[in-house]
Amino acid sequence: MSTVETGGYVGRAMKRKEDPRMITGRGNYIDDMALPGMLWAGLVRSPEAHAKVLSIDTSGAKEMPGVVGVYTAEDLKDAWAIPMPMIWAPADTEIKTPEHWPLASGEVKHVGDPVAIVLGTDRYGVVDAAERVIVDYDPLPVVVDPEAALEDGSPLVWEQFGTNKTHTWSVAGGDVEAAFAEADRVVSQRLVNHRTAGAAIEARGCIADPRGEGVTLYTSTQIPHIARFVLSLVCGIPEDKLRVVAPDVGGGFGSKLNVFAEELLAVVLSRRLKRPIKWIETRTENMLVTHHGRDQINYVDMAVKNDGTVTGCKLRVVADLGAYFTALTPFIPELGFPVANGCYAIPNIELTFDCAFTNKFPTDAIRGAGRPEMTYWIELMMDKVGRELDIDPLEVRRRNFIPAEEFPYETALGIVYDSGNYHGSLDKLLQNFDLDAFRREQEELRQKGKYRGVGFSTYVEVCGLAPSRVVGPQGVGLQGAFWESAMVRVSASGTATVYTGTSPHGQGHDTGFAQIAADRLGIDPANVQVIHGDTDQGPWGWDTYGSRTLAVGGEAVARAATKVQEKAKRICAALLEAAPEDIELADGKFAVRGSPDKSMTMVDIAGAAHIPPQELPTDIEPGLEETSFYDPENFVFPFGAHACVVDVDVDTGKVEVVRYVAVDDCGPAINPMLIEGQVHGGVTHAIGQALYEQVVYDDTGQLVTSSFVDYALPTAAELPSYETDRTETPSPVNTLGVKGVGEAGTIAATPAVTAAVLDALRPLGVEWLDMPHTPMRVWQAIQAAKGDGAGPRASDQGVEVSEHGGGAAGSGPTGPEEGGAS
Amino acid sequence: MRVSITVNGVRQESEIESRLLLVHYLRDHLGLTGTHIGCDTTNCGACTVHLDGEAVKSCTVLAAQADGAEVTTVEGLAKDGELHPVQQAFWDNHGLQCGYCTPGMIMAAADLLKRNPNPSEEEVRHGLEGNLCRCTGYHNIVKAVLDAAGKGVPA
Repeated sequence: MSTVETGGYVGRAMKRKEDPRMITGRGNYIDDMALPGMLWAGLVRSPEAHAKVLSIDTSGAKEMPGVVGVYTAEDLKDAWAIPMPMIWAPADTEIKTPEHWPLASGEVKHVGDPVAIVLGTDRYGVVDAAERVIVDYDPLPVVVDPEAALEDGSPLVWEQFGTNKTHTWSVAGGDVEAAFAEADRVVSQRLVNHRTAGAAIEARGCIADPRGEGVTLYTSTQIPHIARFVLSLVCGIPEDKLRVVAPDVGGGFGSKLNVFAEELLAVVLSRRLKRPIKWIETRTENMLVTHHGRDQINYVDMAVKNDGTVTGCKLRVVADLGAYFTALTPFIPELGFPVANGCYAIPNIELTFDCAFTNKFPTDAIRGAGRPEMTYWIELMMDKVGRELDIDPLEVRRRNFIPAEEFPYETALGIVYDSGNYHGSLDKLLQNFDLDAFRREQEELRQKGKYRGVGFSTYVEVCGLAPSRVVGPQGVGLQGAFWESAMVRVSASGTATVYTGTSPHGQGHDTGFAQIAADRLGIDPANVQVIHGDTDQGPWGWDTYGSRTLAVGGEAVARAATKVQEKAKRICAALLEAAPEDIELADGKFAVRGSPDKSMTMVDIAGAAHIPPQELPTDIEPGLEETSFYDPENFVFPFGAHACVVDVDVDTGKVEVVRYVAVDDCGPAINPMLIEGQVHGGVTHAIGQALYEQVVYDDTGQLVTSSFVDYALPTAAELPSYETDRTETPSPVNTLGVKGVGEAGTIAATPAVTAAVLDALRPLGVEWLDMPHTPMRVWQAIQAAKGDGAGPRASDQGVEVSEHGGGAAGSGPTGPEEGGAS
Repeated sequence: MRVSITVNGVRQESEIESRLLLVHYLRDHLGLTGTHIGCDTTNCGACTVHLDGEAVKSCTVLAAQADGAEVTTVEGLAKDGELHPVQQAFWDNHGLQCGYCTPGMIMAAADLLKRNPNPSEEEVRHGLEGNLCRCTGYHNIVKAVLDAAGKGVPA
């Protein structure tokens, strides 16, 4: 690529183009839309976690006012060409994959499994009617604990497989057995990374609008392009008859990167009835049937030398995948494998993933997706290695960091980290966070009976999905490609439109992409419109997830805009009678090198491109529009160092985050304001998981946390303002030098919070805690450490405290007297 | 039943079902879709509007209860083409990402500043604890509210 000439918009904290409509109530979210003749849909869902469906009586519902139809799986059995697809097919690994249809028939496998859909003219009326559908269930045995599910004799989620084990996947590099044989010490730990929800404040929803031969699906999704493809496959409708539009999307966090049953049902029924169909998810449905994240148990053994060098690592993951697979369910635990060695030069690594069916909704990608889990154990293990060897855990990290001069660095698993400076980000963190001063303050507080702790996380993550040949069918085995597209069109009057194949839900694509294009076109970002989320507009794309938007989609924008710039230079050169290579773009002017008085603006050039003057050679095509399809050669690897300070009230067990200091490196900033916003949100998501949030099923498979009453998101009152900073280590992978940042905070922060809680409680003898660090769990850990036997057991409230159910539910920032799940 | 509700200064006479929620009245009957729904359980505050000058969660008010009352929604906040200071501050301080919680957050913040024109950061944080945001981590929301109050912003 030629050297990028910019107008200086990239790098500025420009205010967002998206905001004026959103702050005035003029956004356009899915539930804001209504179409003439529209019907409402309501789902009939199983109250049982596992049961045979003996009969479904829809007659009462059909008699309700306004009801137009009630449909069961039997009624729609001809509507589907294939089941809802799971898209991971790794070489040499058989994954037991159950058929997953939009409506269940015969048996239900989790609470919320839909068995019928009601259509009617009134929003409230379809809810009333759904309650009149009578379903006769014969309950079957239930399993909700993945380790219990893998034991002989466990109830089976899918009888035909004869086991609940979906698959085992493993990967190794180096000589792990030798590393352990030669180790001075083996440091081990079992860690639980519990089930969480994406919990976007806008739940899901869609409207299917049949027109002529085709149908348009408006849907609150992260993946309009993939959705069109999947709708086509499952419904057997040619893609040219399908249009998918993502309007303003009220948050995703991974939870909207599937094509869900309700979207498929709306499409087929709208075609059948020739009327638009709208479905809006309730929050309870969102907790029941929008995929969850995490839910795995990690067994880690680290081989170390007495100087703190980590020479080997073995990880066994037990992952709870739920009852069915959504698109990526069995792949999410493994997804973090490229960063299994963290920031560290660990030469010998072995990872084994044992994955299990349970009678819960499937897990899939939620913010971080696999990398938070990897980062959680590796960072807490570095702390534990330090403690066992009596070496400062930050010094253990430094001794194991991959040195800055060794990038690009190939890990034991054959992954090439693009760029990094791990010492640099930790050094900067410690400039911003005076650890000596903290330790003095901590000691003074302890003298007064106050328990304050600090935890650190030095993370690296992997994002920028593509590269297609690495992750695709012949590589990791995803049945997709994940390059990205952009088209840049300059109008006759010199304004520009950028079409991107990515699809935003809060990230600020409109603003950041306008900055990238504006610099390359020599115009103001105010005159750059960004179009996304409509499969009828712009080239095919692979949508937004996995922190890929900027590093893949943004680079595509840069490349397409650079192509437009190159054509603009040819036009300019022809009209100014100069050579194209002598045209320079600076300060909004295309000028002849050495003759700054001879120049044109983009307005002049666009006019000439669209209404060619006689002087313009005919071998230059009219128009000013270019497309780029960009498939990167490698992933990108953002990194950073975070510190979290917590206070623990040892009388109540309440944990409060009192300070959070972050240094992140995602390469050069396009818009530093947007980066800060992503870090704030990402860190908060992780604090939520570490302290408050847990999806809890009881032993019968009932979802205890089915609303925001029970699933406790952090509020402003629980959090401090954050202290963020950055280092900038460019990636060599793309011309912008950028890496993603949407998930970095979430990946970094859970171990920092847990480490801080453990640091606070260490004087009390508490050595380990699993998340979420709710008041009751913390209080019980303190009592257990005191030796009065109040460990994990039935509490005074009669609530069993376990990692899969019971006491952690709804335990926001309250005292140990909380009733938890009861 | 019949209700008379003044919404954003305009008196509306409507025939409604007695169980109709105020939020659905505003959105589905009047087309004022700026007020959002996020939870069904009065936790998230996306539906916050002003009812006779006080912030309420309109998913937990029946339209019938608003009979005879004055309601202000986010659409009615800007006056004479000028953004409300809270709206302007949310824009200036990147106080929104996906924008879904934003109308409710702005209405709650405007109510907070009316009751307490010079809040501390702590008071802003507690004043907004009835409104959930999943995108921003609240940092820039708090900054925006303090900015709107004319106070110094936190680090």
